[in-house]
Amino acid sequence: MSEQTDEGYDEWLEAIAEGEAYAFECPNGHGSLPPRRRCPECGDPELERRDLPDSGTVDTLTTIHVATPDFVDDAPYTVAIVDFGLVRLTGQLRGVEDPEEGIRVAAGVEERETTGDDLLVFRPA
Amino acid sequence: MTGVRIAGTGHTHFGKFPERTARDMFAEASDGAIEDAGIARGEIQELFYGNFMGEVAEDQGHQGPLMAEIAGVHGAATRFESACASSGAAVREAVRNVRNGEVDVMLVGGAERMTNLGTAGATKALSIAADELFEIRAGMSFPGAYALMANAYFEEYGGSREDLAHVAVKNHANALENDYAQLQREITVEEVLEAPPVAEPLGLYDACPISDGASAIVLVSDEYAEEHSLDAPVAITGSGQGGDRMALADREYLARTPAAEDASNEAYADAGIDADDVDVAEVHDCFTIAEVLAIESIGFYEPGEGITAAREGETTADGDRPVNLSGGLKAKGHPVGATGVSQVIEVASLLTGDHLNSDAVPDAETGLVHNAGGTVASTTVHVLEVAK
Repeated sequence: MSEQTDEGYDEWLEAIAEGEAYAFECPNGHGSLPPRRRCPECGDPELERRDLPDSGTVDTLTTIHVATPDFVDDAPYTVAIVDFGLVRLTGQLRGVEDPEEGIRVAAGVEERETTGDDLLVFRPA
Repeated sequence: MTGVRIAGTGHTHFGKFPERTARDMFAEASDGAIEDAGIARGEIQELFYGNFMGEVAEDQGHQGPLMAEIAGVHGAATRFESACASSGAAVREAVRNVRNGEVDVMLVGGAERMTNLGTAGATKALSIAADELFEIRAGMSFPGAYALMANAYFEEYGGSREDLAHVAVKNHANALENDYAQLQREITVEEVLEAPPVAEPLGLYDACPISDGASAIVLVSDEYAEEHSLDAPVAITGSGQGGDRMALADREYLARTPAAEDASNEAYADAGIDADDVDVAEVHDCFTIAEVLAIESIGFYEPGEGITAAREGETTADGDRPVNLSGGLKAKGHPVGATGVSQVIEVASLLTGDHLNSDAVPDAETGLVHNAGGTVASTTVHVLEVAK
């Protein structure tokens, strides 16, 4: 895609690739993801890194058949929102034949079919 | 504080007109509205205009002054961008502008050119209403986001694809006689269920079409309407707007739309009415599940209870709570920047008895318009009433 770098986001994705997923937590217990200067809930600037658990629960998912041009060769693929406690993450679910809500998955980083870019991927834990 | 009246309305056909530019379409819509208002063009003091994807579709930003020029209006002109709620947001700000007495006559409208992008291009252009880092990079599409909400809804409250199909069937039936609508074709539940999948559980017939079109209204203060003896029987008596976190994953609810709940509560309080006073509503049904979430958020149904409303015949034209008598975005079409104002036009004509489906609500005096942006990270709600 573009040449732009996203400070905070790229570093975060790299951490997930290394199995060290994290999120931010403010003093009031709200979770958020980088890049972030303040808690989006309460505006507090004191954000601490917290390790995320090794696995989360799929809250909702969909299999996309009509994709944007950037994902057209990936289709069909499954997008899921996964609850890791402090935060929910959105990524693609792979390695499941009949995906359904409630299953446990772990987060990792894999390649996107269409562009070869990094992609946040969930696989069964 | 003065009241706000709708003095004139105008819109283009909604449909597939890839050769028409936004400026061409807005010229037609604004001409219609100004003629209908019966006022001199020079009386209009300001333009608020909604548009979402002008940069992508036409390499054209800064459309406010461009559209004022096209409409022959001199003065301040501002474009509002709030994804699919762009012209709803323009209406809201115009209402506030007239109420606070700064402006007596406003032109408010919107336009969107989409079909020239093709399905892939329009899918990409619409997707940017989502969070680029956390949603688009995961392969999220606009239908995909609503499919995530639909499955979250089924998981939490129950319901089926067949329930959703009844929403599409109902809205197509309402658009049958509407010559301005993009899809004037009856469909069956079986056809909806058998249509190619877009993002499961949503298929092609669960989604609104990609559309071109424009809409415009002239808003005036009560005093201006009286002084100039304008025929302006419908007033906008309530206005509300709500917001939520950009990414679906960051929301408190995946199967509810609190931004719309906040917007409608604000609009009801503003108008001094409640949900039970509303006789007819146009809600943002970009997908079948969106109508279900909308009728729950505006207080017609408790969360989890709106899913069967169409199937049970409650929101159909002959039901107790008719919703989207225009055909909705689903059948009428959804040129995103034009939609919010178009919904206002539909409700206004339903209240004056000039709508092709007015017979379904012969005594209607109060109407509601719900216009949502993105996956309801922004929403405007307006209450329209026949002025007493």
